Amino acid sequence: MKTFDYVRPATIREAVAAASDPGAAYLAAGTNLLDLMKGGITGPSRLVDINRIPGLDHIEDLSDGGVRIGALVRNADLACDRTFARRFPAVAEALLSGASAQLRNAATVGGNLLQRTRCAYFYDVASACNKRAPGSGCDARGGDNRLHAIMGWSDSCIATHPSDFCVPLVALDAIVEIEGRAGRREIPLEMFHRLPGDAPQRESVLEPGEMIVAVRLPAEAARFAGHARYLKIRERTSYAFAVVSAAAALRVEGETITQARLALGGVAMKPWRAREAEAILAGAPADGALFHRAAEAALADAKPSGDNGFKIELARRIVVRALTLAAAGTPVRLPALPASPFAAVSGAVIHA
Amino acid sequence: MNISMTLTVNGVKRTIDLDDPRLTLLDLLRERLHLTGTKKGCDRGQCGACTVLLEGRRINSCLALAISHDGADVLTIEGVAQGASLHPVQEAFVVHDGLQCGFCTPGQIMSAIGLIQEGQAGDDPERVRDGMSGNLCRCGAYQGITAAVLEAQKALGATTREEAA
Repeated sequence: MKTFDYVRPATIREAVAAASDPGAAYLAAGTNLLDLMKGGITGPSRLVDINRIPGLDHIEDLSDGGVRIGALVRNADLACDRTFARRFPAVAEALLSGASAQLRNAATVGGNLLQRTRCAYFYDVASACNKRAPGSGCDARGGDNRLHAIMGWSDSCIATHPSDFCVPLVALDAIVEIEGRAGRREIPLEMFHRLPGDAPQRESVLEPGEMIVAVRLPAEAARFAGHARYLKIRERTSYAFAVVSAAAALRVEGETITQARLALGGVAMKPWRAREAEAILAGAPADGALFHRAAEAALADAKPSGDNGFKIELARRIVVRALTLAAAGTPVRLPALPASPFAAVSGAVIHA
Repeated sequence: MNISMTLTVNGVKRTIDLDDPRLTLLDLLRERLHLTGTKKGCDRGQCGACTVLLEGRRINSCLALAISHDGADVLTIEGVAQGASLHPVQEAFVVHDGLQCGFCTPGQIMSAIGLIQEGQAGDDPERVRDGMSGNLCRCGAYQGITAAVLEAQKALGATTREEAA
């Protein structure tokens, strides 16, 4: 690991100043960053440790009915916050389907948004990777790429964003609060991550020095609490990244869906909101035929980036299954295997 | 660059003079404090052998930068027994053969102590297996591990919380 200067600012303003120099990186838990530094994939010359900055670790109910989640809130604390999990069950389910209990106790909200791809060629410093070394090429093209992107990829990069948490967040219109030298700004999470295009090294809209300070969910997001699920296909049932995942959230009156939210994970370099599918679902009777039509629409633009055409059909089926589970109702208690298609759902459902 | 930091490890306050900010909590425990019960398996957060309790919560010490935890309280496998009497989780691992080679065992036991304190698994073996999935055992002692965790939880009289996690 390359050595670095270590600084521990006491305020956001000090942190932004320290992180604005080239080569600086923010340190929260470090569960992804330290791994990347050990492998020589990244080598910051300065670590700006934000863990002692007060006020960044609160889950705050807002007067307008929304919730504000500080950037340093740990994954486990958010998922196990009873009020939060009851209002945003698909977000809690996504969090609990990610990583391991040890990592969830450490990993933060801000770090989850900024985690790097798990593309094996990005991790292997002997491979060509336009994300790690711009202009060097992409060994994933024509390589072992069965888990790579099927949406929004480019000739220079076919990696995916690995987050579970971001998938229901983007479905529920989450907002990212950012602070930088020019002050505070906010942006919808849907616009936060950048598709690779010809500059895959730029993964988000953050400018040098800018820091995520919080993520907000609007009050409206809680109206889906009675019919919200996250479903995730993994190559093993626990402690693995998604091959494909989906967050589905519905509002149902009688047999009719009045409003729908749908997003996909594991398919692109950003959590993928499926707005065309949402439009098909809204106002229609909740049945299997409708869910199949929505799935077709959600994957209409999908294209294999290599040996991964199976992910398109897999994603369609996951969408149908996630919508079916959401329509059946959010279970009062999450299944023993969160987000697993193998989990038996038993017992009562929440009536929100 | 020398940095002085403190850690309370197994109830004892330790002052450490850090000559390198790159030190992980795992390497600090093993190489500087010679507490080699905590194991280095993958060193990348994938195997769980390095699990310790940091401020009472289980974490992977290989992915924690030591300097970032200046002043923290750490519990390692060396600190769980009371003299010659084993911790109930250790006892249960012995009774249920929750190990074969033993390399992953300190991490398994620290993770199990963390899991029981979290109180989310109840007496459901599936929830225990999911909650312990961050600890790999290449000997495949998983059945014994699950049985040991369930029995230790009973022995500790842990309260189970039934609400959605």
